[in-house]
This record gives sequence, C-alpha cells and structure tokens, in this order.
Amino acid sequence: MSPALIIARHVLQESIRRRVFVIVVALSLAFVALFAFATAEAFARLNTLSPGRGTLDTGGLATVTLVGLGMFATLFLGTVLAVFLTVGAVRGDAERGLLQPLVVRPPRRSELLLGRFAGATGVCVVYVVALYAAVIEVVHIAGGRYPDQIVGPGVALAAAVTILIALSLLGSVMLSTIANGIAMFMVFGAALVAGLLNTIGTALASGTVETIAHDIALALPFEALYQAGLHGLAANQTGFTGLLVNLGPFGSGQAGSLGLDLWAAAYLLIVASLAIVGFSRRDL
Amino acid sequence: MSDTAAVAATALYKRYGSVTALAGVELTVRRGELVGLIGPNGAGKTTLVKIACGLTRASAGTVTVCGHRAGTAPARAALGYLAELFRFPGWCTGAEVLALHQRLARSTGGASERDELLELVGLSDAGERRVETMSKGMQQRLGIAQALIGAPPLLLLDEPTSALDPAGRRAVRELLEELRTRGVAVLLNSHLLSEIELVCDRVVILSGGRVTAAGRPSELTRAGGIEVHTAAGLRRFPTATREDAPAIVASLVGEGQQIYEVRVVRSTLEDVYLEAVTPE
Ligand SMILES: Nc1ncnc2c1ncn2[C@@H]1O[C@H](COP(=O)(O)OP(=O)(O)O)[C@@H](O)[C@H]1O
Ligand SMILES: [Mg+2]
Repeated sequence: MSPALIIARHVLQESIRRRVFVIVVALSLAFVALFAFATAEAFARLNTLSPGRGTLDTGGLATVTLVGLGMFATLFLGTVLAVFLTVGAVRGDAERGLLQPLVVRPPRRSELLLGRFAGATGVCVVYVVALYAAVIEVVHIAGGRYPDQIVGPGVALAAAVTILIALSLLGSVMLSTIANGIAMFMVFGAALVAGLLNTIGTALASGTVETIAHDIALALPFEALYQAGLHGLAANQTGFTGLLVNLGPFGSGQAGSLGLDLWAAAYLLIVASLAIVGFSRRDL
Repeated sequence: MSDTAAVAATALYKRYGSVTALAGVELTVRRGELVGLIGPNGAGKTTLVKIACGLTRASAGTVTVCGHRAGTAPARAALGYLAELFRFPGWCTGAEVLALHQRLARSTGGASERDELLELVGLSDAGERRVETMSKGMQQRLGIAQALIGAPPLLLLDEPTSALDPAGRRAVRELLEELRTRGVAVLLNSHLLSEIELVCDRVVILSGGRVTAAGRPSELTRAGGIEVHTAAGLRRFPTATREDAPAIVASLVGEGQQIYEVRVVRSTLEDVYLEAVTPE
C-alpha cells in the first residue's frame, strides 16, 4: 500500500471509530426529513394557487428553487464536514504531538498530506453526492419533476468541496486549528456574499457589482462552481421563469464553462502545491 | 557502511528568531553506543534530536544519521524516535498504533513483531486496549515500542521515562541494556543524572546550545582524594588517588593510628553536571 493510501485509510478508520459518521448521518437524516416536509408543503400550496398565469412555469420555478436550496444546504454541511476533518491536520496535530511520530517515518511529507487530502475528499464527496441525490429525489417525489441538469450540478458540488478541503489543508499548514477554522468559515461567508452580490448586481443591472461578485467567485472558485451548478438546475428555463429563477437566492446567472473548469483544476493544483511546499519546510 | 557513525553533528547551529537554541554543537554517537545527553531545560537537547530525525532544519552545520544526511528518507528509515511530547490517536488500540507504524516503516514483522515489542515494554496485555484508556506511563512505553519497529540501528529517545514510576524507569534501563547487547545505538535525552550514569557509555552535557563536557561517566567524575576515618577523627588526603591508598594506610598504621574506614572520594556526576552548566 502506498503511504498516501495508508494515511487515507487511517483517516477513514478514524471517522468510523470516532462515530463521526453516526452523528453526520443522523443530523443529515434530520435535515432531509425537514427538507421533505417543507418541499411537500411548498408543492401543496402551489397546487391550490389558480393555474394559468401566462408563461410562468410555477412548477419548474419551485423545483429549481427547492433543489437550489438543497444544494446550498448540501454545500454548507459538506463544508462543515470537510473543515472538521482537516482543520488541524498539520499545525493542530503537530501541537498535539500526533504528527511527529508519523513524519519521522520514511514516507515524504507530501505523501502524508496527500493521504489526508484523499481520505477527507473520499469521505466528503460520498457525503455530498448522497445528500444531493436525496434532495433531488425528495423534490421529485413531492413535485413530480427533476431539475434541468442533475449530474453537472452534482459534480460541481463535489468539486467545490474538494477545493474547500485543499484550502483547509493549506490553512492548517499556516494557522492554528482555531484560526484556520475561523478563516475557513470567513472564506465560506465571503463566497456566500459574492453569490448574493451577483444576484443583486443582476437585479439592478449594475455592471460594477456584478464584476466584483465575479472576481470574488474566481478567487474562490468553489463558489463559481456552485453558482454554475445552480445555473445548470434551470439551464432550460427561458423567458420570465428563467429570469425569476436567476434573480432568486438559489438561482444563478453564472453558467459554467470550460474556462471555469480549467481554472478550478489549476486552482486546486496551486493550493495543493502551496500546502505541500509549506508543510515540507515547516519545523515541527 | 558500518564504519560511519550512528549520529554525527558538525558545527550545528539552530536559531529561532533571536533565540539561539544550538550554537555550534559537535557530537558523535558511534554504532552500538549508548550516549546520554543531559542539560538544563532550554539547553537545546530536544532541538538537537529533532534535527537528527528531520523534524526541524538546522540553520547551519550538518548532521548525518548512519551516513545519510539527516531528514532524508534513508536517514529516517535508519532511526526510531520517541518525541518528548507525543500522542497517539486515542481511538487506536496499542496494536493498531504499531501496525500503522509498521506499514509506514515497511516493516514485514507482522503480528509477531508487534507482540514481541509489546512484551519487551511490558504491555503484553494492552495490545487490544485503546490508547485513550492508557495511563501516560503506558503510552510512553507504547511509544518506546513504536520507536523499535523495524529494528532500527539508531534510537533517539527524548526523555523516555518522564512519565514513568521508579519500576517503569528500571524496566527502561534494563531495556536499554538489552538493546546494547543487540548493537543498537541510542541517544538518550534525560535530566535524570542517576539514570544516565547507570546505563550510558558516554555522557554529553549540553548547556546554552553548546557541549560543555563530554566523556565516559568514569572520566567525567574525577578522583577527589582519600578520606580516612581514624580514632583521632577524619583525615583528608585531597590530592591522593586510589593507588596511594595502601601507602597512606601503612603510614597511618605505622604512626599507631586505629583505622575504621578508608574511602576513595569521587566527584559525582551531579557535581560535574552543575559545574558544566553553571556559566562562569
Ligand atoms: N519552535 C520554537 N520556536 C522558538 N523557540 C524555540 C522553539 N523550540 C525551542 N525553542 C527554544 O530553543 C531553546 C532550546 O529548546 P529545547 O531544544 O527544547 O531545549 P531542551 O530540550 O534542552 O529543554 C529554548 O530556549 C527554547 O525556548
Ligand atoms: Mg527537551
């Protein structure tokens, strides 16, 4: 077994043994139950409204908005899990004396870090994909419809969480556990604000606001990926309905592109390289 | 290969900002040699060991481990390390900790190596116990077992007995003697002078980041004269050595003195230590 795999397995074992999964699964089930209840209510209300509102596709609007809400919750919960698994991976573990016995073994530090990354990514991607699938299915059962795209937004979510894990590992090389935890949630918050700014910018047709939001999303491409995922949910909505979706908090006018995908991949590589270089030079 | 030293530090410096932790240390641990590194808190003992095992990088100078530059993979493969402050994951059992380190060290010893090491440190019954249920002393013994995985030719032990009771300390002493018969080189950090004096082939005293004294315990502890208890009281011969004792006794008896006790006085390692670490 390669050193990275040995460490990834260790991370997985830790998650199982420390009952991380039990708690995460229990809380996620609670969230899905709540979400199912709210979704059922929303569609029930929708059916009591009089139909025939011109071109407005209320069912489609409700479907993408609810899936969008679910995507946001999935990203949030996935981020919590990702940060929890990695926030103290280097400095935190070194301060507690957990890291030194491992680092002294022959494998390179980069291999150990890669193992932490692979372990956390494995756990978080499975989690995010499972929760996202549950959201889609709940909305489908309650409203009878699927969003326009399913796979693309799911992949975007998984990629977004992967980038967050890399950022958190980089933070763990430079910051203490608490500082890194705070930093990660501020980064997440900044991205959230960028998303809302973007919506406001679109609504006001303000180019400047949109540009700022766009720049933040590029600096934090997990946000751009998430926005692209939201956009994909309503990819086929046109006219007034499409506009309404994009103006809501769980819609986005930012479509994905090959350029974004390439940038996200490059970003991941840059962040991972910085983390490896920083870790390799660090006195422990 | 085996003519290279287990550890060789040359003109070793380490600065942390304005703090100079090591200021030109020269130190050699030969193959199979048991060297005690003593010195007051902050002398730089831990820093020296951390550089040798590649956790920390030197500001200047070199360290080699069994002929390899410290910190490189072959250097790390040649050593076992027990940190001064360490922890194993609380959710792991003792055997799982050892198994993880076996995998990382590519040891092929399997379960028999784990059992043998646990027995060696007196933890035979604790292999299936989780680390979080072990006392600090048990964890320290598990740490020693971990350092021995793969039978490395060099052990770096940073205060391995700090959490042990007297019985546990004696057990570690016996373990070190056993390792000596196996030809393992050991660099042992401690501030327990008696412990060092009892087991070490050589003692290095570090103070303020410098080696201030080094040698065999018997060389460091100088002769301090001869004391003779006679009926007339205590007579001191401060410059006399052991070889002079018969002549002194003969002349005193010749003077008609009654002799009750003759003692060759040696300075203790503690005296030497205090002298070596006190700045003049
Ligand atoms: N990471 C660090 N950052 C700054 N100073 C340090 C660090 N580690 C050790 N020092 C300083 O280096 C000196 C030597 O420390 P250390 O090697 O731990 O001594 P010892 O193990 O002999 O007690 C001390 O003055 C200590 O404060
Ligand atoms: Mg120390």
